Amino acid sequence: MKNQITFVCNREVVKTTIHPGLSLLDFLRNNLLLTGTKEGCREGDCGACTVLIGELLGDKVNYQSVNSCLSPIGDAAAKHIVTIEGLNNGSDLSVVQNAFVEEGASQCGFCTPGFIVSLTGYFLINEKFDFDDAVNSMDGNICRCTGHSSIIRAGRKSAEIISSKMSNHSNHISALINSGLIPSYFAEIPTKLKELKQVQIDDSEKVSPSYFISGGTDLYVQKWEDILNKNVKLLSSDGISSNIREEDGKYIIGANATVSDFINSQLISNVFPFIGEQLKLFGSLPIRNRASIGGNIVNASPIADMTSILLALDSTVHLKKNGQQSEIKLKNFYKGYKDLELSDGELVAEVSFDIPAQNSYLNFEKVSQRTFLDIASANTSIYIELNDSIIKSCNISAGGVAPIPLYLRKTSEFLTGKEINYSNISEATIIARSEIEPISDARGSAEYKSLLLRQLIYAHFVILFPQLISINESE
Amino acid sequence: MNNYDVISHVKGESQFVDDLLIPDGTLYASVYYSEVAHGELLSVDSSEATTVEGVKGIFTAKDIPGENQIGGIVPDEELLAEDKVEFIGQPIAVVVADSLLNAREGTRKIKAEINPLKVITDPREAFANDNLIVPPRIFNLGDVERCWTHCDHIIEGKAESGGQEHLYLETQGAFAYPVEGGGIKIISSTQSPTAVQRVTARILEIPMHKVEVDVLRLGGAFGGKEDQASAWAALAGLASHKLQKPVKLILQRQEDLRMTGKRHPYSSDFKIGLNNDGKIIGYEVTFYQNAGAAADLSPAVLERTLFHCTNSYYIPNVKATAISCKTNLPPNTAFRGFGGPQGMFVIESAIYKAAEKIGIDPLEIQKKNLLDEGDEFPYGQMTKQCQSRRTWNRVEQKYEVEKIKERVNEFNTKNDIYKKGIAFMPICFGISFTNTSMNQASALVHIYTDGSVSVSTAAVEMGQGVNDKLRRVVSGIFSISIDKVKTESANTTRIANTSPTAASSSADLNGKATQQACNDILSRLKEVAGEILNTSASSEIYIKDEFVFVNGIKTELSWNELIKTTHLNRVNLSSHAFYATPTIHFDREKEKGEPFAYHSFGTAIVEATVDCLRGIYIIDSVKAVHDFGKSFDPLVDLGQAEGAIMQGLGWMTIEEVIYDEKGKLLTDALSTYKVPDLHFTPDVQVEFLEDSENPLGIFKSKAIGEPPLMYGIGGYFAILNAIKEFRRNVEFEISAPITPEKVLLNLYSKVEKNVNV
Repeated sequence: MKNQITFVCNREVVKTTIHPGLSLLDFLRNNLLLTGTKEGCREGDCGACTVLIGELLGDKVNYQSVNSCLSPIGDAAAKHIVTIEGLNNGSDLSVVQNAFVEEGASQCGFCTPGFIVSLTGYFLINEKFDFDDAVNSMDGNICRCTGHSSIIRAGRKSAEIISSKMSNHSNHISALINSGLIPSYFAEIPTKLKELKQVQIDDSEKVSPSYFISGGTDLYVQKWEDILNKNVKLLSSDGISSNIREEDGKYIIGANATVSDFINSQLISNVFPFIGEQLKLFGSLPIRNRASIGGNIVNASPIADMTSILLALDSTVHLKKNGQQSEIKLKNFYKGYKDLELSDGELVAEVSFDIPAQNSYLNFEKVSQRTFLDIASANTSIYIELNDSIIKSCNISAGGVAPIPLYLRKTSEFLTGKEINYSNISEATIIARSEIEPISDARGSAEYKSLLLRQLIYAHFVILFPQLISINESE
Repeated sequence: MNNYDVISHVKGESQFVDDLLIPDGTLYASVYYSEVAHGELLSVDSSEATTVEGVKGIFTAKDIPGENQIGGIVPDEELLAEDKVEFIGQPIAVVVADSLLNAREGTRKIKAEINPLKVITDPREAFANDNLIVPPRIFNLGDVERCWTHCDHIIEGKAESGGQEHLYLETQGAFAYPVEGGGIKIISSTQSPTAVQRVTARILEIPMHKVEVDVLRLGGAFGGKEDQASAWAALAGLASHKLQKPVKLILQRQEDLRMTGKRHPYSSDFKIGLNNDGKIIGYEVTFYQNAGAAADLSPAVLERTLFHCTNSYYIPNVKATAISCKTNLPPNTAFRGFGGPQGMFVIESAIYKAAEKIGIDPLEIQKKNLLDEGDEFPYGQMTKQCQSRRTWNRVEQKYEVEKIKERVNEFNTKNDIYKKGIAFMPICFGISFTNTSMNQASALVHIYTDGSVSVSTAAVEMGQGVNDKLRRVVSGIFSISIDKVKTESANTTRIANTSPTAASSSADLNGKATQQACNDILSRLKEVAGEILNTSASSEIYIKDEFVFVNGIKTELSWNELIKTTHLNRVNLSSHAFYATPTIHFDREKEKGEPFAYHSFGTAIVEATVDCLRGIYIIDSVKAVHDFGKSFDPLVDLGQAEGAIMQGLGWMTIEEVIYDEKGKLLTDALSTYKVPDLHFTPDVQVEFLEDSENPLGIFKSKAIGEPPLMYGIGGYFAILNAIKEFRRNVEFEISAPITPEKVLLNLYSKVEKNVNV
């Protein structure tokens, strides 16, 4: 017997025994006939399929925006899924819908539901509003008609109106209902979710899965059809943690933690206050809400942004298989293009790195054709511990310039023990460029990627040590 | 603001082709296409595909009952390849199955045997091999050959501009189902319902009256669904006709990117001559248009490049040659601006290079040569109500350009890594289909007995707000609430023999036809009102705010009452009216005439900041003064301007279509083809030019769809100017888009030493 997935979609309880790997998008459109959610690209690059997923935590539901094209229906279990239809309230328009109408922020209308869901999500998720953040919550959505100017105006206008209408309600959801953002049924969702009875997963006829799915944000781009013919295991229900914790002088990150979890982690932001801002170059908000740290590592993409940072932190990967545990340094994990030190059925459980020392610095640089929601032409991360102005230790990584996420061994070794000055950095860039093997592709020529890496290595030092390095010298 | 289209958009209720409720038993189609850019198609083996579960039919060229031909201007394009393939993505077969997944599985099992031939992707190479779509066209003004001796400066150069993917968010698609009597009905995502009807009738060998095409709305088009929607509708139609079942065909994004054409890349040579005062004396230009493998709309696009080769400038001696080159790429097609942007980019490049050589700011040359009233274009038309200088001067004044310059200079002095640049971009764009015969439209207006009004035209709503404008036309003429007016889908049974919704003209053409239809009915209504109210023959009767007025005095007779009585009196409450643009003509032998009803003008100033360490940039602002005529729908018009500006900026900056030497598209996903996003959006300000009533536009307005796109060209030169602040003596090859890669290589590759790559 197939396992049943039970969840709340907008106002209704939904039960299904469909393949858990089916994309949420297809289920919403084809099975529930909720066609307000659109398919624009099926790779998380347009946001036309954006929906909200709410998870019950205590008496509260925590919402996130996600790309439904990249999310398995299985992960909807026990959640509240909100589509554009779930934001409609009879003939009244919500504050956000009305702002879009008044500002002319919808032209052909195809992308519009996705934008409105994203922006509505912002107000649901955050208790304090910042106008720029409200607008940026829509940065996973692409509109080809408006050029976004009117959408930005609609975003600001919504934020202004909702801010002014928010009463001193102790309950955020009630306040939002009163302000006209969401229909009143949202107040009953926590109770509804609590009453859902999940059928226990039946593992008696265990077949070894062909796909282990964590965030799925890259897997679904390539394999959405094949997944439907195979057995899948959703790691969200397989005991892989998404916690970020401190233990024995290390930070330990569960492989299921998302990039958003990493950015929002107090532990991480305490030691690396700028990394959250820099990681906004990673995908878009809905992608960051799904993309997992473990997935980013195992996907082994040469341009993985998160892996770039973890390489610079000299992280350790913790593996598990049938109760057996082992570990390996991330920089030794990659053997070749998409070739890992990972046996069949072995999973990345956690990744850890030492708590950064005093007087340490981390920087991430990335350049892509479009600055946001794009894949790097090249990226690089650096971690430096200083002893006065001498580099005590240094780890530097480079992405997009080799078949694997590259740890620049020679460059890191060279810089260790050196003073930070122009000639040393210049020499480091030459060594770095001897360690890489870029290829020419849609993200740039080999010549460009090599030159770009040089510039980004300079950029590390210009950003971290502006008093020691200036651009004029680097010409 | 009361646009029901927008209200249903924000609620997610607006339906696109893929959203329609379809009958049980509907089949799904998937297209099998060539993976080889040029070759002899020896055989197609679909035996394995027929065994795939759920596959109901596989159709190739030999299954087409009628003529296997979809070419619009030139009959040179097969619906399904017969014995040769000419681009990667060319349809060879269509597989129909009970589900999309099964249909797609079917296409994977088809094997085509292709004997590869030489692939050409470069237009100049195609020209050298005499591979032309149509014979070259040449526009002449004055005497270029003899003008060069009068020039103090002569500058020659080359300019490249790249392709551009439309990236309409809704991919191409159609839903077709059989109707009784051997007919077919097609719901298509097309800008040209009539083209879909004509092509489908030809393919199926049935009369056009047996093909009904209906278009509710499009999820964006931008020209990409003008000619190129027909193939998908015809394929769905073919499969549906053969199997007598409903068939849905929606392209997946990657299929759409691979199989459909884009904005034409151009490679151009220019020669420009000026005197010491900065006056342009002569301009000679040759455009090599990369048409792709079939004509599609390329000859018409080519023509518009010539029409706009001098942009907003008066140049007394011009020779412009345009050559449409046949290459092994998907046939390139209409894209907002339709060849105009490519022509304008070259004259702007020539001016830039001239300024560089003479050692002055390009804007001095631009300003000195702007069009004045009565100036002659290279095609013989004279400017009328010319607004070039007015908009330029207004930009200088309104946006305080001297202060901008000071601020930019100060910024550049203070910053080492970041540099700013500005550029002016004046535009002049001709409004009308350049093919005179296409400038016609009709409208069908019904008033129902409850007083509500329905209007049908061939105008396809694709986000440009034409429905809203038509409703305003009706509500304005009848003086009734806009809520009483509904626009209907574009449907070939209701409105026949239509021109595509294109050339920025749909509000003008369909609006004028609607105006005529409403006026016909209005005069009947006034007669009836006169009878009801027993007025004398000399009385002035009009309707205002849903009441009848006589000699300026409001009567008790309401709109609803009047309509009811008109019906009871057996007077016609419907009208079908026709409009053809007057005044226009063009002689293609002489290449002279008056092809445009009017021109649209404007000027923008664009500011950009370049990060000279990383080679990335932002466009800070685009500040324009644009000639909208007398806008009667400012929110819609502003939205068109803002959207077009961003598309123009995208074309010039980050949007890069890359094919490899085998003709394979490398940027075949949204992860590799990047359009401007929310963060890319600069501060866009658009002032509506005052006092510019346009007699030939609907309600004295001007067309707005395309012209503002060309302000984006200013973004290219603003970035160039910023880079020059970092490296004074760098000489660029003019090549758009100016990607971060090109910026960085221009900044460093020539000065780089000791590189171990």
